[in-house]
Amino acid sequence: MKLSNVDYQIMWNRLVAVVEEQATTLIRTAFSTSVREAGDLSAGVFDRRGRMMAQAVTGTPGHVNAMAESVPHFIEEIGKGNIFEGDVYLTNDPWKGTGHLHDFTMVSPAFYEGVHVGFFAATAHVVDIGGRGYGPDANEVYEEGLLVPIMKFIEKGQVNAGLVNIIRNNVREQDQVVGDLYSLAACNAAGDARLMDMMSEFKLGELEALSDFIIDNSRAATLQRIADLPDGTYFNEMMVDGYESPVDMKVALTIAGETLLADFAGTSGPSKFGVNVPMVYTRAYACYGLKCAIAPDIPNNTGSLLPFAVTAPEGCILNAPHPAPVSVRHVLGHLVPDVVLGALHECIPGVVPAEGASALWNVLLSARPVDPSSGLPPSEILMFNSGGMGARASLDGLSATAFPSGVSTMSTEATEHVGPLTIWQKDLLEGSGGSGEFRGGLGQTIIISANEGYELYFNAMFDRIKYPARGREMGKDGRAGSVMLDDGTVLNGKGRQLIPAGKKLILQLPGGGGYGDPKKRDAEKVRADLDAGYITLEQAKHDYGLDV
Amino acid sequence: MTQNNARVGVDIGGTFTDVALDLNGTLYTGKVLTNYHQPEQAILDGIELVCKRAKMAVKDITTVIHGTTLVTNSLIERRGARTAFITTEGFRDVVEMRTENRFEQYDLNLTLPTPLVKRTERYTLKERVSATGEVLTNIDQNELDALVKEVLAEGYEAVAVGLIHSYANDVNEVQVQQAFAAAAPELCVSISSHVSPQMREFQRFNTVIANAYVRPQVSEYLGRLVSRLIETGITCPVFMMHSAGGLISVDTASEFPVRLLESGPAGGAIFAAKFAASYGEDQVVSFDMGGTTAKICLIEEGRPKTANTFEVARTYRFAKGSGMPLSTPVVEMVEIGAGGGSIAHVDDMKQIRVGPRSAASEPGPACYQRGGENPTVTDANLLLGRLDPDLFAGGEIKLSTAMANDAMQVKVASKADVNTEQAAFGVTEVVDENMANAARVHTVENGKDISNFAMIAFGGGAPLHACRLCEKLDVDYLIVPPGAGVGSAIGFLNAPFSYEATKGLYQRLSQFDPERINHLLTDLRAEALAFVERGAGEIETVTSVQAFMRYTGQGGEIAVDIDYKDYVDADVALFREKFEASYHKLFGRIIDGLGIEITNWSITVASKLEASKPIELRRSGQQVEVTKTREFFDAALRKFVTASEIQRETLMPGDAVSGPAVIVEDETSTVVTSGYTVVAQDDKSMLLVNKKTMEAV
Repeated sequence: MKLSNVDYQIMWNRLVAVVEEQATTLIRTAFSTSVREAGDLSAGVFDRRGRMMAQAVTGTPGHVNAMAESVPHFIEEIGKGNIFEGDVYLTNDPWKGTGHLHDFTMVSPAFYEGVHVGFFAATAHVVDIGGRGYGPDANEVYEEGLLVPIMKFIEKGQVNAGLVNIIRNNVREQDQVVGDLYSLAACNAAGDARLMDMMSEFKLGELEALSDFIIDNSRAATLQRIADLPDGTYFNEMMVDGYESPVDMKVALTIAGETLLADFAGTSGPSKFGVNVPMVYTRAYACYGLKCAIAPDIPNNTGSLLPFAVTAPEGCILNAPHPAPVSVRHVLGHLVPDVVLGALHECIPGVVPAEGASALWNVLLSARPVDPSSGLPPSEILMFNSGGMGARASLDGLSATAFPSGVSTMSTEATEHVGPLTIWQKDLLEGSGGSGEFRGGLGQTIIISANEGYELYFNAMFDRIKYPARGREMGKDGRAGSVMLDDGTVLNGKGRQLIPAGKKLILQLPGGGGYGDPKKRDAEKVRADLDAGYITLEQAKHDYGLDV
Repeated sequence: MTQNNARVGVDIGGTFTDVALDLNGTLYTGKVLTNYHQPEQAILDGIELVCKRAKMAVKDITTVIHGTTLVTNSLIERRGARTAFITTEGFRDVVEMRTENRFEQYDLNLTLPTPLVKRTERYTLKERVSATGEVLTNIDQNELDALVKEVLAEGYEAVAVGLIHSYANDVNEVQVQQAFAAAAPELCVSISSHVSPQMREFQRFNTVIANAYVRPQVSEYLGRLVSRLIETGITCPVFMMHSAGGLISVDTASEFPVRLLESGPAGGAIFAAKFAASYGEDQVVSFDMGGTTAKICLIEEGRPKTANTFEVARTYRFAKGSGMPLSTPVVEMVEIGAGGGSIAHVDDMKQIRVGPRSAASEPGPACYQRGGENPTVTDANLLLGRLDPDLFAGGEIKLSTAMANDAMQVKVASKADVNTEQAAFGVTEVVDENMANAARVHTVENGKDISNFAMIAFGGGAPLHACRLCEKLDVDYLIVPPGAGVGSAIGFLNAPFSYEATKGLYQRLSQFDPERINHLLTDLRAEALAFVERGAGEIETVTSVQAFMRYTGQGGEIAVDIDYKDYVDADVALFREKFEASYHKLFGRIIDGLGIEITNWSITVASKLEASKPIELRRSGQQVEVTKTREFFDAALRKFVTASEIQRETLMPGDAVSGPAVIVEDETSTVVTSGYTVVAQDDKSMLLVNKKTMEAV
């Protein structure tokens, strides 16, 4: 059968379905809450050279784009002559995988009729990796848990029992963690079975021609989008809280013809704590932000990702080398799109939104009995919560919605069954959206206390408390976040802290920045916002000039 | 003359109102245009039509069974009542904050669907129940009275009440309901602990709001319908089809209209299930394709798969998460934006894309000659010889090959650098690929392999595409039943009386408390049975129970079938065993060392149906003589082939036609590809069999 253009298109579609099936298999079987509930995973198929051909449309950009880079590392470390049918490789190396030890990337070579044709890769966040547990307080990656370098998890069908034993003995939830490793291997196998069907249906002996077709088309379309942008170098700078001191994030975005480079030179140096970001993760989020604005409809593959070049000086907080602590690299990572989009705004005004809360407010709570001899069981509760998104050039920002991350929150009722706590409030934070012709999205208020007999520890990993999300084009800033107890005690935005028995934790999540001069906002909309309580009377009068 | 048994099923769809009459075992069907202003008028017209065909008087009808998309449409088009929502202080924005994520990752200008009740229509009350059902904060009666007064002063048409953890203890919701009943007895008040007592506030609140929102309209409509039927002389009982594939009384439907959502498609699933059961096919995927969407449903052991949550009114290309998630029992279906009217275009990577935008019936596909300029799936089918331009819709719509060709050339072929034949092939192949992929993912999600399934195809477009889908999915047997154009209405006639009662009761197996479970099951069964008896009187029933269970720490539950009986302490082992068996079936493994918990419960009480008459499928037959041929494009062979053309009504049981063939009837055509043979069955169904299977026998 001679393959036509239509055949290649169908195969491309099929590959997307293959990786969706791969991802579905992982979501169904994974234990990690963030995989199942929040879609914190990725799955993809690669050619023999390690070029990504297709990727499941799931989860979070940090995984999605970082995993694309990981397979060439595997090819190099395992060695071409050492790749056998029935092999499966893994790593959680933050610098070769997806940025912190909690993420395992599993790579399985695919063989068709005995010939090595490509790879499947999948990444998932496991519930524990030993060390201090999930939180920002370590000073070196060694404290953050076990690092498994690129190696064989399965060789020619034989599981590396020694490795499994080491992992079992170094993590807290061993059944769940090891279970998730098998889930990752199983999802690759599911994708593989489907790929084999496709290759036999279309009588393909190898994937190179199909890979060229996908990558060349995607690359050409992406380059065209970049070429359509006005040439020049565009700058942006954004201050954020960091851990022990504020972080200055700087970018120079250069567009010349069909090339694009985002350079983070001038960005602050590393932190002593786990908010540092490995380069791969910075690149993933920078690329994601730019792609949303420039080429949102072009599927993710090596061809559509490579044109977005991203660099940062080694040693800065956005290119932190080993052995920097990186456990909560998501906080600054999630803020990277705001930085690059701010620069892009100078290039193409009217496309990118104002700054938003951006970094997720993940709350990891440990409930412990006040009286250790009471026999009450301890428990761990993880919540994902989002502040407001920045306003768009012609739309209000989305309230309490994750961006750039793609995770979901959990139900309050379900969370209260997980551990001994009560959530007294989870509601929009009135007046928190930055004023503007288009209003920033609102943040939210969350109030939590331990149930009778318990106290709560929590790992804070929150940003935009000192530096709020800025408005754009005369739009006002969003409201900054805050962390405190109901007695007025102000808590830190980062690090492990206690909520004593009988006290309530009050989290106020940041709002998004406004877009455009608030005085230009339609008076009807201002009045409606005031009636609904989205804005305060103060804002209506002062920012919007409403005659009340 | 003996007593007639004349049962009528009526399905109001977006375009047509379908009617099926079963008169002493003989089926008569008809279609009339849906009347948006007076839906009941179309019902009367349709009933008159089929009665005329059956040569019987309308007054002799013994049962009317009705299903409708009006409730779904009312939610999509936001035509419901002005509704107030009352909730726990601190949770005013649950329905606005949704899941806090974006269903489309790359769209910076994404908008989220707005809740049915605006923030100004959402009121809060100081009160609180804990996860275990303990009242932490009692309602202050004075505050409640003031709130009731405030709400009444605003003149709302309906009120919904949803309080945190009310599924575990309804005392506070009932107190609110009573306060309204005392102050305004006429006002419709829905409370979440009665409409949908399941854990997860977002879905439960949505459900009670949706119920309140459509309730005044639905109860008025049903009242009108019943009185119009009586005026016409139809005084027999009227029942409503609900979304989980059973019948309820008009009164129950008026009280819980949210249960009527998607009752039409549920009827389609029942229709397919009946055939699956009579053929003894245990694993069937039903495939229903219309003008705008295709629907896929799994039918195992003769029962359509059901679920307890469902997303209605998706706003963004049918994307998961872009609608309104509700917790109500439904037949579980996957819906894809792929139908005959789906529009094809070429993207920036020169790839052909199809749907979800649809040309609908106005202006319709380019070949309809009604001003449509966009090439659609129907245009592609025409160009590929799969449709006869002179016989479409029984010859009522003349199709223009030239116009289809022009649209395909301008909008697809020239942009993708291929000829029109390749373009048309690309369009159908992309749409078939999309549907096949969705079907495959759906079976994977249920831990199954679709190649072990048989397919049942119905709806106008399905018989054109189903055989190619089977090739793609490695499915060997495809059944195209008779009357497939009005499948849902026929399905209504085969549905049992049933009611599913659900309730959240959280329990870890480590703290197994059989007494609470027994208590709950007894209550739920009594509740469900009362609803069934309200419709059917005292009849023989079957009770089935599902516990929704998971490993501690997991986010989603799986449904575990358990027996309806009195449980004792030792039965904790049984629950563990059943959970592990179900888990293993779905996920291929179990995990030692983890706790297990139960979150929600569901009981279905259904009237016992006569077992379907078993029919032996004829898997081979006698080749008939072919007198007419036609050229069509065989996708698997990538070329035009000469196909036999046969009128469906001429086929006798046991007749066979080897593919390539087209079996023509008024409502649709069945395409039999070169790889399949069609065999006519005793009940007028057609079975398409993969030739490889026949050779193997």
